[in-house]
This record gives sequence, structure tokens and C-alpha cells, in this order.
Amino acid sequence: MTTLGSIALTVAFVVALYAMIAGYLGARRRIPELADSARNGVIVFGVLVTVAIIAISYALVTRDFSLVLVANHTSRDLPIFPYTLTALWGGQSGSLLFWSWILSLYGLVVVLKKWESNHDLMPYVVSVMMLIQTFFAFLLAFVSSPFERMEVIPLDGAGLNPLLQHPLMSIHPPLLYLGYVGFAIPFCFAMAALLSGRLNDSWIRATRRWVLIPWMFLGLGLLVGGRWAYDVLGWGGYWGWDPVENAALMPWLVGTAFLHSVMVQERKGMLKVWNMGLIIIAFTLTLFGTFLTRSGVVQSVHAFAQSEIGPLFLGFTAVMALASTALLFFRLDKLQSEAEFDSLLSREIFFLINNVLFLGAAIAILIGVVWPLLSEVLTGETLTVGAPYYDLVVGSLLGLIVLLMGVIPLIGWGGATLAKLGRKLVIPLAITAILTAIGFVLGARDPLPLFAVALLSFAFVTTASDILLAARARQKNTRENLPTATIRLIGRNHRRYGGYLVHLSVVILALGVIGSRVYAQDQVRALTQGESWETNGYTLVFEGLTPGVMSGEAVVTTATLGVYENGRRITTLKPAVSFFDRQQQQATDPAIWHDLPFMRRDLYVIVQGWTDNFQTVSFRVFINPLVSLVWVGGFLFLISTLITMLPDPQERRARERVKRELTAGGYAQPSE
Amino acid sequence: MNKSYWIALGIFLVVGIALFVMLAFLVAPNANYLASAASADLDAETLRVAKGLYCPVCPGVPLDVCDTQACYQWRALIKQKLSEGQTAVQIKAYFVEQYGERVLGAPRAEGFNLIVYALPAFAVSAGAAALYLFAQRRTRHPAPTADSQLATSDPYRSRVEREFRNLEEND
Repeated sequence: MTTLGSIALTVAFVVALYAMIAGYLGARRRIPELADSARNGVIVFGVLVTVAIIAISYALVTRDFSLVLVANHTSRDLPIFPYTLTALWGGQSGSLLFWSWILSLYGLVVVLKKWESNHDLMPYVVSVMMLIQTFFAFLLAFVSSPFERMEVIPLDGAGLNPLLQHPLMSIHPPLLYLGYVGFAIPFCFAMAALLSGRLNDSWIRATRRWVLIPWMFLGLGLLVGGRWAYDVLGWGGYWGWDPVENAALMPWLVGTAFLHSVMVQERKGMLKVWNMGLIIIAFTLTLFGTFLTRSGVVQSVHAFAQSEIGPLFLGFTAVMALASTALLFFRLDKLQSEAEFDSLLSREIFFLINNVLFLGAAIAILIGVVWPLLSEVLTGETLTVGAPYYDLVVGSLLGLIVLLMGVIPLIGWGGATLAKLGRKLVIPLAITAILTAIGFVLGARDPLPLFAVALLSFAFVTTASDILLAARARQKNTRENLPTATIRLIGRNHRRYGGYLVHLSVVILALGVIGSRVYAQDQVRALTQGESWETNGYTLVFEGLTPGVMSGEAVVTTATLGVYENGRRITTLKPAVSFFDRQQQQATDPAIWHDLPFMRRDLYVIVQGWTDNFQTVSFRVFINPLVSLVWVGGFLFLISTLITMLPDPQERRARERVKRELTAGGYAQPSE
Repeated sequence: MNKSYWIALGIFLVVGIALFVMLAFLVAPNANYLASAASADLDAETLRVAKGLYCPVCPGVPLDVCDTQACYQWRALIKQKLSEGQTAVQIKAYFVEQYGERVLGAPRAEGFNLIVYALPAFAVSAGAAALYLFAQRRTRHPAPTADSQLATSDPYRSRVEREFRNLEEND
């Protein structure tokens, strides 16, 4: 099985190389047979990488310790599902294979869905995609093979990194990879448009959804990663501005900028160069992010898989960035704008301001990530760029973005006048003032958080009222009740109102972030058995400690705390410490009480240590206000993004109508 | 120089200065603002100070959560210094003196490190100025050209694109 996997990867490299060349020549020289064979190459490549994935999974499940990947990342004690399988992305070569496999799946979907309808672009798309795959297949087959063998077969494996032994780790990396890798698809389409010189809007139409998909997965991956950090790291938080978190956030921010500016291109045929540029930047950042995770050049809690492929990856990233930028310059003459803005005070211009801010945030993060390296190289000084920097710099820019999010619904496409905008602002500002006052009463007393609450309220009010006003207008014609009218309105224009729902979700999420980051409180206290501790309105009673229970690879020591509020027992918390003998590491398992239904706050307890032969245990207790809103906002973000992706009935009807008319008018039946 | 370049320069300067003032205002008194939800409990105060510092030996790990023995001692040291009446600023200064700038969560906005703050501010203000120039040059005077972009040979696709455009504009 391992030999089969190994052979599959070597053959996959040859197939990728072939499909890359065949796709390009087939398109360039207009040889359909060659182009078709490139398409078949994508399918064969997908099958080969899938065979490799099955082979490595089989080796993991059967614990074939003759393989380095299996021996270094699993053990006999590791539960097969899910952890033995998640060991696939615990290791360097396994995660590269996973990257390539996901791209091959995306590739299959793209080829099967788009080959016929975009036959002029697709051979180029395939060629660029297989160029990327050639690089990955080269790494997998010749540099960092998942099928590399141990010199001496050990009796047992070294075990999986304790931090990865969590159920969320079976979905967080796949989501992130779906996001990261997915940005390759719009990149391939953009490059195909540049290579072919067919720079009408068809590449934009073909790829908008292909940006939305990875954008959603990346967003979800970040959220699930946050939840993992919250549940596993025992730091009391969910976001630490860790270099690897940042690496995933950067392409997401650039993708967000693109999703907005692409609307300007679709409506007005403007910003063609800009949008191409954004796609190139987003894709380059995903490669750079993979480089950061894999090279070990930055210190990170995510440094799970490091090896010597760093320079190769950096080289590939640089080549792709330079080549794509050069291609863009080469085609500049074909990317002229076809229209003009109607007014400086128009939604189009505000979308561009949004783009400047999103890119500014991405630049701030990028400089923060690389600064410790630069500083060490240039001045010899070791520095930290951590949460205080990002909270300040990126936080300020995100605040401005929220302000824009509030203003934009008030400004129409085409333009508005200042007087008109002023009139439209009166009611939203009044409601914002009321909501801010409520925020003040509820506890947001400091100027900065109060200002943030005001900004979020404003964005919420203008967005929600835009939906409601449109629903009311619909109601007048249809005599539906308001909820029905709202739902049908959203159903009529998924893209626009789905987008607004995404904004509302972001507001909810951001409220959670402010509550939990600004007003979190924590204390450490040592308790002896039976002792109680009153903190923030809760009484914690330390009821006992159960030391040394075997669970998987770990020996787990669990404390039991009774939690009382107003004299009533509300829950029992069992924070624990897991000791992993093989890895000589320990992990804290926090216990969390969500103060539902109002999501007021979380009571988050970890065991910090013990003394006196387990008689005295010290606990660290965090009170995290509103943190549940982060997860609620995240869930709504997923739903809303899915809504924006639904095909629009209007679009479908228009397409059908045109098709009918054109057929009746004697045009040839189009191929799609 | 053309008038719009002067305006763009103005925008660049105004946005740049505004961002700088904002950053300076936020950096100076409130470097640790986000962790400043104080509590009367001494332990909370110790953790607050620890949160604003990074472990000198494990890069990127805040001092309040670091699990090394050294960090337990450093947290105890913070507690001791607080009980001796030292302020958070003095304690931070002590740690910087002992272990170097790396214990700070954000580089001080001075000297070479000013770039970390200046670059994003520069990017945004230059972006704003460039956007102004671009928008100014591209704001409508003559009537729009209708279908110049539909230079495709496929009549079906041209029609679909035109229909979509109309449909979105009527939205």
C-alpha cells in the first residue's frame, strides 16, 4: 500500500507537469485534443493523489511505524478516530499532501463544472493549476515524502502533539486548508484571463463564487481555530495574534476587499487591474502563510510541522508573485476602465476606501509578523510584536471599516449629495445614541469600548434599517406580513441581503470581541479541599481532585468545583491537567460555564498547579463577558455567507429569458 | 503642479497625521489598555501587569500564561514588586532592563521601530491620496459608453452580461 502511494505521487508529478504544458500549448496553438488531454490530466492527477491519501490513511490506521510520518505523529495509545487520522496534518509531508489533495478536489469540481461553459479560458486555468500542483507534487515525491521510511522500525510511535488531540483539530485544519487552497482557483482564472488576453468580465463571473467559497472556509477556519484555542490552550482567550493566525487572517482581509471591489467591476467595468491585483495578493499571501507555518522562521504555538522546505516554498511564492505581477503589467493595455464614477460621494468610491483600509490592515499585520525577523537581521535586537501592537493598529483600522460599514448602506450606487446623506443620517444617529447609552448602562463605561459600541450600533442600525425599509416597501405591494416580506426580500436578492446579513453577523461577533477582550477579568487562587472562593458573583467550592487517570496517551488529573450563584448550585466544573508522558508535555483542559440564555459571560476555570501532595490546588478563573456572541456571530456568518452563495432567482430568470429569446431569434444554441 | 495633486497631497498629510495622532494618543497612556480592567484583588493586578509582558525565554508567549518555572518566578516577582508599591510602568521598565525589549508586547514607537507604526499609517494615507487622484480623474463627465466592454464574439454571452448589468442597476 505504501509503495502504491509512493508510486502514485511520482506519477502524479509527471502527470501534473504534462497537464501544465498540454493545457498551455493546447490553448495557445488551438489544439483541442491537447487541451482535452490536459483536462483528463487533472482528473488523473486527482485520482493519483486520492490514492496517496488512502494509502497514507491506511498506514496511519494500521499504525505502520515503518513510515516516518506514522512513527513521529501517532502511537498505539492514540485513539484511531479522529486523532490517528488527524495526525495526517500534524506532520510536514502529510499536510503538504493534504494541501495538494484539496487543490486536486477543487480542480476536479472546476473542470467538471466549467470546462464546457468556459472552454476558451479553461485550458489556461488547468495549466496554471497544474503548475502549482507540479510544485507540490515535486515536494511530495522528491523532497518531503509522506511515505519516507524509518531506518529502524520502532515498536511504538512518538505520539501526536498534545495540542492537536482535540476534536476541533479534526475540522479546523481542513477548513483552513479549504480556505487557503481555494484562493488558488480565482488566481488560476485570473492568470488564465491574463494569459489568454480574454479580459472581458467572464473571468469575474466565473470566479466570484470561487472567491466566496474559500473566503467562507477561511473565516470559518479562523473561528473554529479560535474556539480550539479557547477550549485547549487554557489562555482564557480565543485569539492571540499568533503569526500563524495572522497568516490566515491576511488573505481573508484581502479576499474581503476583493468581494467588495468586484461589485464595482461587475457594475461599471472599472477596477480591472485592481481586482486582478487583489487576487494575486490574496493567493501570494496564502502561499506565504503556508511558508510561515511550514518553515519555522517565526515562533508560534502553531509550529507543529517544520522542516527544510522553507526556502523552496519562499522561492515558489516569490516566483508566482513576480510572474503574475509581470503578466498583469504586460496586459495593462487590455484592462482599461470602461466607465467613470458618477460622483465622489458614491458607493463605488466608499468601497474603494474600504479596500484601502482592508489592505492597510493586511499590511499592518504583515509588517507585524515579519518585524521580529527583520529587526533581528538588521539590528540584532530580538523583539516581540504581539497583541498590544495588533489590538492598537489593526483594531483602529477595523474600527474605521465598521464606520464605513455603517455609512455605505446610506449611499446609493452612482452617488448621493451631502445634504441627502445628512438627512438620512439623522434617525440612525439618534438610534445609535440610544443604543450607546444602553451600552453605557450595561457596563461599557470606558471611552474606547464605548466608542466601539457606538460604531457597531451605527453599522447595525443602518444595515438593519436598509433591510427593513425594503421589506416595508415590498409589504405595501404584496400585503405580506413583515417577517414574510423580509424573508422573501432576502430570497429575491441573495447576494445583496445575504451580504447585509454577513455585516450584521460581524457586528454581533465584534460586540463579543469587545466584551471579552476589554472586560475580561482573571485571578489565581489556591484552594484546599472544601474551601470556597467568592469571585465576580460566583462561589466556587473545591470539592476534590482525582489524580492520574489514563485517557488515550495522557494521564489526566481532574479537579471538581461546585459553582454557586445566589446560594444555588448552578453547575459543576471539572478543569483538568493532562500529562503526556511520551512527549513530556502537559496540557490544561479548561472547564467552561456559559452563562446562557443571555450569553452574559463565561466562567472559565483552569487548574494552574498543586502543592502539598494534591491537597492544595491553584485555580485560575476568568470571567469573559459576551464571549458567546463571538460564536453566535460566527455561526450567523456561516449562514449568511451561504445565503449570498445561493443562486439568485433573478439571475437565473434573466439567463433563461435571454436563452429563450436568443434561441427564438435564430442564434445558435449556446453550450451552457 | 496640478490642483488635484495638491489636494491628494493634502489628503495624504491629513489622513497620515490623523492616524499618527490617533496611534500616538492610544500608544502613550494606554499601551496596556485592553488588559486594564482592574480589580481590587492583588492577584488580578499581578496578572494584569504580566499580561502586558512577554516571556523572555519562550518567544511570543505572554508572561501571564507561560508555563515555565521561570515564569512562575517572574509572576511572583511582579507580585512582590507591586506589594512594594512599584507601578506597572516601573515593573515593565525593570523587565526591559533585565531582559531587553523582547518582553514588551509591542515595540516602542521610537527609532528604527517607528517603521512598524509608520508603515501602515503611510500605506493607508498614501492609499487615500491615490484613491482621491484616481477617483477625481475617473469621475463622470461625458455620457457613459454603453457596451464597449462586450467585445466578445459570443452573442449569447454579450446579451447575458448586458442583462445582468441592467438588472443590477435596477436593483
